Amino acid sequence: MTENSYRAQAGDFNPIIADHRIQGISRPSLSYWQDAWLRLKANARAMVSLYIVIALLFFTIAGPYIWTVDPAFQDLDQVSQPPNIDRKATLIKPYPIWDGSTGTVDVKDSETLYLAQAANTESVRLLWHVMPGAEGYRLYRNIFPFEQGQSMGLPLFTTFSPQNRLFEDLLDLTPRTFYYTLVALNATGQETSEVVNIAVEVQRVLTIEQAVSKGLVDSAEEVDVGDVVYLKLHPMGTDYLGRDMLARLMYGARISLFIGIFAPLIFVSFGVLYGSTAGFMGGKIDQVLMRFSDFVVALPFLLFMILFKIAFGIGPGESGVMPMLIAMVVLSWPSTARLVRGQILQIREEGYIAASRLLGAKSRYLIMRHMIPNTMGVILVTITFAVPSAIFTEAFLSFIGMGVAPPTPSWGSMCFEGIKTMLTHPHELIFPALLISITVLAFNLLGDGLRDALDAKMRSRE
Amino acid sequence: MSNPNSASISQLVWLGLGAVGAFFLLMLVLNWASASTSGEQSLGSVDYASNSITLALEQEPPQLDSSRSTDSVSGIILGHVMEGLLRVDGNNKLVPGVAERWEITSTGAKFWLRDNARWSDGSQVTAHDFIFAWQTVINPVTASQYAFFLYPLKNAEAINSRGMAMDQLGARALDDLTIELEFENPISYFDKLLAFSTYFPIKESFFNSTRGRYGSDADTMLYNGPFVITQWVHSAQLRAKKNPHYWDKDSIGLDAINWSYITADTTAKLNLFKDNRIAMVQLDAETLESALYNKWNIKQFADGTIFYIEFNHRDGRLTTNYHLRRAMQLVSNSSELVYKVIKLPGNLPGMSLFPSWQMGENKLFQLEYPTPEHRVDIDEAKRHLEIARQELGLSSFPPLVMLSSDSPTARKQSEYYQNVFKRTLGLEIKIDQQIFKQRLAKMLAGEFDVVMGGWGPDYEDPLTFADLFASWNIQNRGRYNNPALDKQVRIAQGSLNQAERMRAFGAIQDILYHDSVVIPNYERGRIYVVDPRVKGLVRRITGADPDFSRAYLVDKDSNISKGDSKVAAN
Amino acid sequence: MRAYLLKRIVQGIITVWFIASATFVAMHNVPGDPLMDEKATTEEIRKNLMQKYGLDKSLFEQYIIYLKNMSQGDFGISFTQQNRQVNDIIREHFPVSAALGILAITFAAFGGILWGALTALYRNRLPDIVIMFLVILGVSVPSFVFAALGQLSIVSVNNLVGFSLIPVAGWGTIWHMLVPSMVLGMSTMAYLTRLMRSSMLEVVNTDYIRTAKSKGLPATQIFLQHQLRNAVLPVITVLGPAIAAITTGGFVVEMVFAIPGLGRYFVEAVQQLDYTVIMGTTVFYGAFLVFMVIIVDVIYGFIDPRVRVG
Repeated sequence: MTENSYRAQAGDFNPIIADHRIQGISRPSLSYWQDAWLRLKANARAMVSLYIVIALLFFTIAGPYIWTVDPAFQDLDQVSQPPNIDRKATLIKPYPIWDGSTGTVDVKDSETLYLAQAANTESVRLLWHVMPGAEGYRLYRNIFPFEQGQSMGLPLFTTFSPQNRLFEDLLDLTPRTFYYTLVALNATGQETSEVVNIAVEVQRVLTIEQAVSKGLVDSAEEVDVGDVVYLKLHPMGTDYLGRDMLARLMYGARISLFIGIFAPLIFVSFGVLYGSTAGFMGGKIDQVLMRFSDFVVALPFLLFMILFKIAFGIGPGESGVMPMLIAMVVLSWPSTARLVRGQILQIREEGYIAASRLLGAKSRYLIMRHMIPNTMGVILVTITFAVPSAIFTEAFLSFIGMGVAPPTPSWGSMCFEGIKTMLTHPHELIFPALLISITVLAFNLLGDGLRDALDAKMRSRE
Repeated sequence: MSNPNSASISQLVWLGLGAVGAFFLLMLVLNWASASTSGEQSLGSVDYASNSITLALEQEPPQLDSSRSTDSVSGIILGHVMEGLLRVDGNNKLVPGVAERWEITSTGAKFWLRDNARWSDGSQVTAHDFIFAWQTVINPVTASQYAFFLYPLKNAEAINSRGMAMDQLGARALDDLTIELEFENPISYFDKLLAFSTYFPIKESFFNSTRGRYGSDADTMLYNGPFVITQWVHSAQLRAKKNPHYWDKDSIGLDAINWSYITADTTAKLNLFKDNRIAMVQLDAETLESALYNKWNIKQFADGTIFYIEFNHRDGRLTTNYHLRRAMQLVSNSSELVYKVIKLPGNLPGMSLFPSWQMGENKLFQLEYPTPEHRVDIDEAKRHLEIARQELGLSSFPPLVMLSSDSPTARKQSEYYQNVFKRTLGLEIKIDQQIFKQRLAKMLAGEFDVVMGGWGPDYEDPLTFADLFASWNIQNRGRYNNPALDKQVRIAQGSLNQAERMRAFGAIQDILYHDSVVIPNYERGRIYVVDPRVKGLVRRITGADPDFSRAYLVDKDSNISKGDSKVAAN
Repeated sequence: MRAYLLKRIVQGIITVWFIASATFVAMHNVPGDPLMDEKATTEEIRKNLMQKYGLDKSLFEQYIIYLKNMSQGDFGISFTQQNRQVNDIIREHFPVSAALGILAITFAAFGGILWGALTALYRNRLPDIVIMFLVILGVSVPSFVFAALGQLSIVSVNNLVGFSLIPVAGWGTIWHMLVPSMVLGMSTMAYLTRLMRSSMLEVVNTDYIRTAKSKGLPATQIFLQHQLRNAVLPVITVLGPAIAAITTGGFVVEMVFAIPGLGRYFVEAVQQLDYTVIMGTTVFYGAFLVFMVIIVDVIYGFIDPRVRVG
């Protein structure tokens, strides 16, 4: 059996057993999406943003189930309170209406201006003796000690009757030291140089009845006068009506993120439908559709947002979120439509489409198999970038007083209310503004990451 | 490229410097190009060299045509540059204006004008100027919204709305300096109307020469008051200087007033005051604390406006039920609203439709006719609510609609009340917050159950409040209709006997409380700070407020800082 | 070229007609009534006013009159300022908004290009990190927060130096313009900085830079004449839309700084339901934007030879 005398055998005609090792790919095969995901995972900034977005969604959706405080509950004992303050309150007996009697404190003849009762957050009751030459009195309250020649603070009370020598201060009493100054008025109602003052330490108190009705104690039997109770906890402070900021931020997130995410979803979907129809149909239909979108693009966005907003109107009890959403969708779809149309036109000319057609692919197959998957990346990136601008638009409208109706909270309207007190109660502005910034930032960076990961053509250098 | 070469950096620095230069050059060019809208260099809050002060305005005055003006900002300006027959002085007393003396009877009035009153062009202010102004107001072509202010004049209403001939008006110039009036009905408060801007004079020949643009610019107006407007840059600033032709010019202490900023933003105004750019700023709950920390001298003033909740009495509304209204009345606590929510000193808890400063016959009205005592009583309220539920045949109450404006205070107020009614009575309230004009439309059409209302007095007589709920009054938005109340209003309108009128007002106050027609919320107080170098500011309830027309500057050398002064002019 | 221009202008006019019609429809669907006032008016006074503003005619008639007047450039008389023409209002207040807008865009463009170039030069080193952090702040902080902070910082600076160095609010001198225009341009500047940075980094790797280097050109010349110049091109292309956004987006800044611009006027007119001012301003802005886009498109043709109009 030499080399030259080979004789065919029956076994030679058996098919070779396919060896998968030859055709096998040494690395796992990756779909477009798997590949994109790998690239996204490598991008630390985008991943951090993705986690932030997930955390925000958790905050919005699950938050209210964990922090179950009612965002509409008005804790009028703690209005505009910053986080982490002393919440101790002493329980007292029911508080009778003051008829001007001197109460429990002995009348001190040595002092012209004195307290009728221990000062507390329910009221500060002041009495005074006749001041020489006074034809009337004006009472001031200050947060700084009295100083000759300096402002005496808030004018609380003025009387032109010298007999009237008592005043009950109820105005916004907080546990701190107040400095009351009494000025005698002359016959023409002008202030004289006769001035007396008193420093008053205000204690936070509650009646037992109030403590029960506010749910701080279970029943009146459990506690006694003089006990200390703790007011409700507000980890992020309270707003101008004593409502819990954290709970309001969570509910505000529902509004802001609802607009921020749903508006882009809807107008991008509409834009995709519109743009792909135009791009796929081509010809006259394309012309007409695109001309119409040119018109809509030309409408000045903010002006028409405001115009539509008032044209839709807000009914009683409505939050005004829907009109805002609709206005945003009506005005924003054309840019997506243009983008998608461009993509479709481009893809239509690609070689693989021609090949696919030659192989007998139908329109439906072409759209489902090639067009949509190939434009998906662009669409996803568009949505991500549309979120921040939608959130900003909501905030802007709230700022000029065209936002959601009360008592619905949104981050924008909370900023609008907080900005006026940014010097005295900064927490009312900082928290909602911070949430807006974080959300906008997270979506922007995520958008960058998605663009790099999904779309080779749009990939930026950084 | 991670190691930048110094050459590139220095080039960038040069480019940056060039850019800064170009930016400033561009600013200069643009400033020049938009010069028509930018006024002169603005001065400090007080300027001794020109003896002037600088102020801010809430908004642009829509127009300064006194026959058509309705808003308070125009009222401020008009009060400084025009003068009626009478004017209100610093103590809120009526004093002679253009009229030297006058005589008012139950059927009419007669005015003798001073012969030295002059227009800003030097011509005399005559009786004809007043008659022309009033004819313009009631002329249907003018479509003046304040025409009703002249309805006390005989036939004025008929001319304005039923097309009667103008010469039938009960106002005549007997000669250049005498005016005779005839009244439609006896009226006891007519003199108080005369200081109002709708009664100001207009010079006919000048009015016609402006061809319909009267009062729209500085040069399309003629002035007879203490000041004349020299420059009016729309939405930016208004400058006025002392009127050299004004008959009482010697008592005018300032040479010029500049309203150099027009903004409703309280924070901006606070910053302007802090920066010594404006001489006065009104504070709100938000800016009040900053003022306290800055140790400014804070002043207060009750501006006379009353805020309250009105009910809808139209057929088919649940609020026609007395017990429902009573229940809501019994749980509302205006003291809590004022002291814990609005938190502005000077605001008083609302007790009645009549403000606390209102004078009665001899002393304060509230001393003569005390307000019915109001105690919060939740159990009693729940009892009334239950009766209401049975009377109305409901298993539970549907949500009530609360119409509210979009101002920050109204927002607080409506959110507060929503919570109160929910917490105490379990009543659901839907807040219907609308922008100004839409709210007015809904009020007129009756699309509400309860509405947050307010009323500022037009003239200083309790009648300005008392007739609000008369069945024929178009301001009666809830269409409250009670013959007993109507009867008292007619007595107050027709009688010339003050004691009888006050009795009627007392009866009206009782009806409004006991029939639960309104829930008073608060009486508005204004909190403000003034540059201590400016004296003589007048705050008033009707007419121009704040009024600086007789203000003056303290001596330059007295060297007062913002916290120093002790004198409160008010 | 001429045919192209003509076509664009005709398209522009049709677009303006569309804007005008959309405004008219939206405006007449707004609930409420501009003739209302705090003190209710009688039926007769109302009728007089309706007649004066032509509101008593049928909607179709009103539309025709509106279009006719608008084609002659007449926007009618304001409802709130009954003696003023809307044309006068636009003529007086638009220059203010435009000046503010132009300054803001200039500030944004200069700043964006310079910072962008700087960060690219210092890529991944301290100046780059610091500036990019500020840029991130710039795009994620709402404009009204910037405006309030801007005003607050003026007050602090003035308190520090002891006199009014920079005006807090108002309009009139070049110093009034400085801070508002910077606040208005801030977010655009941040955006342009990012764009410029990536554009610079892209240009570095191009063949013509490599060629220039291998030719031995001095670094200065390469940077200025090749790198910077080419990197600026994409930045310029986004300036057009940015101009539109800034010119109409000045509402907040105008409100906070009490600037008498058209944006603030518009917001106030909306509150007052001043039909004529709202419609006039919207149509004017719409037309302005449409023709700005046309002009910008034509100018590109001259700047960038790759985009020849035709």
